[in-house]
Amino acid sequence: MKFGVVQFPGSNCDFDTYHALRRVMKRPTVMLWHKDHDLQGVDCVVLPGGFSYGDYLRSGAIARFSPLMQQVKAFARGGGRVLGICNGFQILLELGLLPGAMIRNKNLKFLCQHVHVRVEDARTDFTRAAKKGQVLRIPIAHFDGNYYAPARTLAEIERNGQVVFRYCDADGRITAEANVNGSLGNIAGIRNKEGNVLGLMPHPERASEALLGSEDGRTIFESLLLSLERRKTAPRPAARKKARHD
Amino acid sequence: MKVRVLVSFKDSVLDPQGQTVKNALHTMGYAAVKDVRQGKVFELELEGATRKEAEALVPEIARRVLANPIIEKFEWDILKGR
Repeated sequence: MKFGVVQFPGSNCDFDTYHALRRVMKRPTVMLWHKDHDLQGVDCVVLPGGFSYGDYLRSGAIARFSPLMQQVKAFARGGGRVLGICNGFQILLELGLLPGAMIRNKNLKFLCQHVHVRVEDARTDFTRAAKKGQVLRIPIAHFDGNYYAPARTLAEIERNGQVVFRYCDADGRITAEANVNGSLGNIAGIRNKEGNVLGLMPHPERASEALLGSEDGRTIFESLLLSLERRKTAPRPAARKKARHD
Repeated sequence: MKVRVLVSFKDSVLDPQGQTVKNALHTMGYAAVKDVRQGKVFELELEGATRKEAEALVPEIARRVLANPIIEKFEWDILKGR
């Protein structure tokens, strides 16, 4: 399977993400320039972290108007896998591919630290290499990661089981202390209803090698490989059943 | 025509920056300040737009770009021209 990493002016995790996909996961990976109109036949689009357009107006608010993002939107609507990391998550929210919005962290601090997140659903294309309830240690680095959604939307997200990751302590307990940025429901990552789009604030590409202190982030990339490469060989009845369930 | 658009958080959304400003004001002794909400101001210069056109255009721009309707509200007025 082939990955594409989208570059915006101000992206700064683009090459880290490329490194994790190309050199660690050993999969063909191309860089996609935000002004292009062609996704180059990739199987999965990754929107990397950073500060697209300097976070002007709101985080991710300008990037969503890039020509390539219109292609990404159509790709996602057609069932293509899209992963948004940090600023990429913010862009997906602004684009309307994921519900809700980000506001400034509750303590107004830029948070750059390792956090623990609990896998709430291990049946998604982004988490199937994990176990439900598994605790991943992955770093965050953001100013606007305080997830917000109006009460009705939040209830719907919870009802649909769209919350994929929640901030937790080392033992997997969802506590107020572990909720470093003040997100509603300790939400660290959500998927769309269909399950082909995921956004998360932690940076899996920064936790993909033992040298970096944690390999837990690889779980997400491994899950994508499991989902997409298995699908290509033969559609299994189980996969179809799951799609209907979602 | 020059218009001004004010964007601020909806009342239901927590405004951490406004809260911090309020706390600072309290520290300085301005006990009368009950609440602070922080927002953004945009001034748009519109060319050749009539008042009627502006009434359609400005809210559209505010909704689509300047404000995120999930968390923010906006109001606007005409500063210059008619």
